Amino acid sequence: MPSARPLLLTLMLWPAVVAAQDKYGSRNGTITFFSSAPLEDITAVNRNAASVLIPSTGAIEFSVLIRAFEFEKALMQEHFNENYMESAKWPKATFKGRIVPNAGDDLTKQGVHSAEVDGTLNIHGVERPLHTTAQLISGPDGRIKAGCTFEVKPEDHAIAIPGVVRDKIAKSIQVTVDITYRKL
Amino acid sequence: MLFRPISFLAPAVFLLSAAPLLAQEGLLAALGPDSTVRTHAGASFKSTRVINGHSLEVLPHGVLDFRISHRMGFVSGGISEFFGLDQASIRLGLDYGLTDRLMVGIGRGSFRKTVDGFLKYKLLRQCQAGCSMPVTLDLVASASAITTVADQLPWYAPGREDLFSNRLAYSFQAVLGRKISEGISLQVMPGVVHRNLVTTAAERNDLLNAGVAGRAKVTKRVAITGEYYYVFPDQGPRQPYLNSLAFGVDIETGGHVFQLQFTNSTGMSERDFITESTGDFFDGDIHFGFNISRVFTLHGPKARHQGN
Repeated sequence: MPSARPLLLTLMLWPAVVAAQDKYGSRNGTITFFSSAPLEDITAVNRNAASVLIPSTGAIEFSVLIRAFEFEKALMQEHFNENYMESAKWPKATFKGRIVPNAGDDLTKQGVHSAEVDGTLNIHGVERPLHTTAQLISGPDGRIKAGCTFEVKPEDHAIAIPGVVRDKIAKSIQVTVDITYRKL
Repeated sequence: MLFRPISFLAPAVFLLSAAPLLAQEGLLAALGPDSTVRTHAGASFKSTRVINGHSLEVLPHGVLDFRISHRMGFVSGGISEFFGLDQASIRLGLDYGLTDRLMVGIGRGSFRKTVDGFLKYKLLRQCQAGCSMPVTLDLVASASAITTVADQLPWYAPGREDLFSNRLAYSFQAVLGRKISEGISLQVMPGVVHRNLVTTAAERNDLLNAGVAGRAKVTKRVAITGEYYYVFPDQGPRQPYLNSLAFGVDIETGGHVFQLQFTNSTGMSERDFITESTGDFFDGDIHFGFNISRVFTLHGPKARHQGN
């Protein structure tokens, strides 16, 4: 039965192909940043981060609209957009990379996973490599909750901080990501 | 026999090799088209005033702006007046953002001891993304009262009854403009000033006027500004009054905006500068002056979300 073999092969391969394309995504990721400086603590939050994750390949991408960061003070938000991030010129920050679970876990398997994240962070039009660790929880409802924290230095992304406000803005800003993916 | 399986496998191989490529190119495309967040052009001017008059900006909700404005004497006073620095016309003001579109302000100026108040409403907002409005339009209504002693009023005559209503003036203005680029904003301000009492019978109580103003950023935090108010002709005699002209520099440092300027206007309420400026700018009747604006966030967006 020579003609049965290719059919069998194809049938065996199909699920693999479908699994490879399983995508998880969200438009409501939360990105929070926190700047702690001698004169002022500043927090801003963005609840509209978009991200897609392919667990089988580890490919992961984020896109964040800079204007959607909300501050406690309206003037801070204006200065953030006008003077520092220049959001009219560079409206989005992006991350493209790969998430590799420790011990070769399958991220879609129910339970808690930790993973290494490697990729390129683009803020203010300047690309920088980013390495961090993330925690993921795969729930019984098929959702994957992911979280991580990393530091970003404004000067690494060509964001100039003038002398007058040097004591109000931290040299290193803590960024926290909190997102719940659903299967697309 | 050998090539048949290959031909069968070809689509699968193609899919396998293509999948990572597509993923690299645009993973986020899987989320569908971008949901556009509607945003409006902000910070067309550094402050709610260009120099003397109103700019396109209103204070955000919950923000209090304390304004200190000074106009020194005329530079043409020469060395005996230390080029104007011996004198000062001062206005202290408090403005507050009631909503993101409506602000209210009060102030008191030393020029004729004028107390003034205004309401400013942002009717149209220039769109930045997700909408189409090309301009911003604000409406400003203000009133002022001269509180100086009767014998210093311009229309003082012994025996004339000094009614409080005589001392009142009103101004209604539309501020229409556009942030043309990141650095350049332009606006026009048609309006009318009504003075309850004027000095001579020939003078008009109502004066139609139109202003034009703009700013150009030099750096992110420094901008050059200019402002001119034109009172339309054929509205009765205006001597000795002239149109208001001002040039300035805005310097922003965090919570402060410093505005340094040269202007021929002494007072800072609309009646004073639009209709009753006395200096001849091109004859050295120029005041050096400054405005300092310090903002305080009394009521942040966070508090608002918690139901305040």
